[in-house]
Amino acid sequence: MINQEKILIIDDEQVILDAVSKIASLEGWKIVAVLNAQNGLNKLSCNQYSLILSDIMMPELDGFQLLEELYNRHIDIPVIMITGYSTVENAVKSLHKGAIDFIPKPFTIDEITSSINRGLKYRNIQVRLEEAEKCGTNESVIYVPCPPKYKRLGYMSWMNLENEGVAVVGVTDLFLETIEDTLKVELLEVEELLIQGNSCVKFETNDGLIHTCLAPLGGRIVERNERIFATPSLLEKDPFFEGWLYRIIPSDYEYDMKYLNSCSSDRM
Amino acid sequence: MFTRIGLKLIIAVGLITIIIIGGFSYFNIQSQKEELLSQAELTANKLSDAIKNSSHSSMLLNKRDQIHAIINTVGQEPIIREIRLLNKEGMVMFSSKAELIGEMVDKKAESCYACHTANEPLERLPMKERMRIYKIHPDSTRILGIINPIYNEKSCWEADCHAHPEEQTVLGVLDVTICLRDVDQQINSSESRSIILAIITIIALSFIIGFFVRRWVARPVKELVKATKQVSAGNLNYTINELGNDELGILAGSFNNMTRKLVEARLQLFQSDKMASLGRLAAGVAHEINNPLTGVLTYSSFLLKRVKENKELREDLKVIVRETKRSREIVKSLLDFARQSVPKKHNANINEIINNAIEVVDNQLSLKNIKLEEHLDSSLPKATLDANQIQQVFINLLVNATDAIGDNGGKISIDTTLISLSPLGLAQIKTAVCPKRHDLIDNEVKINGMSTIKVKVISNGNEGYINFDPIYGKHRHKYGIEIKQGKDVQVSCPKCNMSLMEKEASCHKCNSKVYEFEVPPQGMFRGCTNPECDWGEWEDVDEVGYKDFVEIKISDTGNGILKEDLPRIFEPFYSTKGQKGTGLGLAVIWGIVDNHNGTINVESELGKGTTFIIHLPVQSKS
Repeated sequence: MINQEKILIIDDEQVILDAVSKIASLEGWKIVAVLNAQNGLNKLSCNQYSLILSDIMMPELDGFQLLEELYNRHIDIPVIMITGYSTVENAVKSLHKGAIDFIPKPFTIDEITSSINRGLKYRNIQVRLEEAEKCGTNESVIYVPCPPKYKRLGYMSWMNLENEGVAVVGVTDLFLETIEDTLKVELLEVEELLIQGNSCVKFETNDGLIHTCLAPLGGRIVERNERIFATPSLLEKDPFFEGWLYRIIPSDYEYDMKYLNSCSSDRM
Repeated sequence: MFTRIGLKLIIAVGLITIIIIGGFSYFNIQSQKEELLSQAELTANKLSDAIKNSSHSSMLLNKRDQIHAIINTVGQEPIIREIRLLNKEGMVMFSSKAELIGEMVDKKAESCYACHTANEPLERLPMKERMRIYKIHPDSTRILGIINPIYNEKSCWEADCHAHPEEQTVLGVLDVTICLRDVDQQINSSESRSIILAIITIIALSFIIGFFVRRWVARPVKELVKATKQVSAGNLNYTINELGNDELGILAGSFNNMTRKLVEARLQLFQSDKMASLGRLAAGVAHEINNPLTGVLTYSSFLLKRVKENKELREDLKVIVRETKRSREIVKSLLDFARQSVPKKHNANINEIINNAIEVVDNQLSLKNIKLEEHLDSSLPKATLDANQIQQVFINLLVNATDAIGDNGGKISIDTTLISLSPLGLAQIKTAVCPKRHDLIDNEVKINGMSTIKVKVISNGNEGYINFDPIYGKHRHKYGIEIKQGKDVQVSCPKCNMSLMEKEASCHKCNSKVYEFEVPPQGMFRGCTNPECDWGEWEDVDEVGYKDFVEIKISDTGNGILKEDLPRIFEPFYSTKGQKGTGLGLAVIWGIVDNHNGTINVESELGKGTTFIIHLPVQSKS
């Protein structure tokens, strides 16, 4: 097997397909581009892909319907949504529906490269998990799942409601596994606002990419985990407890809750 | 000319008048007829009695010549047609017409009929029964006949002639017939007088009723019908003129009110419709533009990566990348505007938001040689707001200020303070009426785009109008007359001249006279007549109490805004920047501030600068 990842990209605009293809060729990925979701689904049934990039607004089958269709067909290839109608709602909705990332158009080369990188890593982890399952060898845990009482936004970030209406927010281990060794963590300041679906933390990795993680919950930051700056390894060691990022006072808990997935249903 | 309802009313009232007056006249004529006739009867009776009495002695003496003479003399009277004296057998003994003497009268003749219907002739009859009115032939005048029986009495059977035995009761009959021509003439003339009078009354009444129906019903109804037709045809600007203060007047008032509300609702609908379609348009545009932008951005970034060694080319490409990113932000703001999302509010420090906003535009300010002055009140409480949106407001306003100042340098100052606002300066008077409920709102003269309250003022012998500022506590009144302090001032309704002066109160500040009008349904509004004084009182609104607001003033020393542009600057797509602006900035700002239940106002002086004043509510202090 050639070490060339096959990526399926679906968009009704040729220029987007060309642009993504160019970027992919720069990185050595193989791109299969189709102009509509139905063709994409047809391709999926006879080919193996590592990742799907899909537009949301398309004639006939749109991005959200594609996600549903994939779910119904038990296809677990990770999907990254790209859209020109880039609203926070769309971003959060995509993640809620099973996409692993969301890229607003127009994107820069770095933005899409870092996202595809994570997507491929994600796929890699998936494949390793499947293989481990198949062989029955319980290879030491690949990633730590989110604790059952937590809630998460896509696979990226988690939140847990503490006492007195304060919520703790952090990044999932799976997200951390999809990025290279972190060089630098960039956090927001205390008193700043977290908005669900907007960037809450940026990781600069040694491959020069910047990875953005979207906040699971909106609210005002009351405390941030300063220990992360001193010992960044804390994040990877214990992402769900010691490696928390922020304590926030949620602004619209009920509203944000709609788009969060419960961790209790996660299979390991 | 008349409306159908007016015509119906006139016809109905006319018919009723005809029936009543006709009936009245009929009975009047009848009674007059009877009255005249009974007078004639009485006269005839008296006459016949007189003849009987005057001939009495001649009868006793049996002096027939004398009797003839009396009858003939009396018979000369023009009204008397004939006098006959019949004996018991019915023979005419004496008559004013000599040729009739000696004729026998038929018992069946109408003159005898009254007594001789029964087998045994009646001896005594009341006067009415003895009368008869008849015509000889249909065309002749009516004749009144009266029969006067001559009864037997002692002197008759004791008379020397011994003509009558004692046992006879009635000796003969005196029959006098009178010509009723004069009476009939009188009756006819009074009848025709009555009829003419009745007709005149009916016509006059109809005209009077017609006049009032026309004035009170037909004209207002016609006006109302015209107005409804105009409105249904789409002319919502049509207003009905004052129609008085009866029910139709009130109806007209409500109608005007209704159309005004309809106009407002339609405008609002139009506005929200415009906003909604603008939203759809923006979403569509964003989606469509973002695709080509992606192409530009990725290809230019791609090129940038490939031409690492060519420095010049790199610089040019960097410009393309930078400008594309800027376009991305513009499209994003269009989307933000289109969504007009419900603000996600948190407790936030406005000063911090301002400082964040300043950081964003700081570079631009120093480039353009603009000095920034901040007077931020550090004791400001936190306000509940969407920090992102509010920051967008400040950035936009700062960018606007920078654009207004241009390249010659200038100054921008930002002030924040906590103010406790009574509804003063915020609450708007949207309705106003005089005690007679005339609308005082003037939609033609506007202050800051808002309709004003128009009153009539008489001061120092001069008469004129004042348009009051509808915002409670603001005094940008438009004076159409000069009012000197201390002079007598009379404020009244421009429509009915009803005084609006409140005599029992005086200004709490300067003790001047006070005017008053009702602001339905929010009670009474009082204000000071002294143009120098800013006192006003609106109890219903005051009761709601003071509210805390953060006031943010952003002033620049730029070129200002034209007065005629001021009312429109918050409208979408209204731009004075020409090619430079999208015309969405201030509309977005207005939308955001409005979503926060705040207000934004602008003051500007051409050539001197512009100040935007924002009031944002500080919600419950807890």
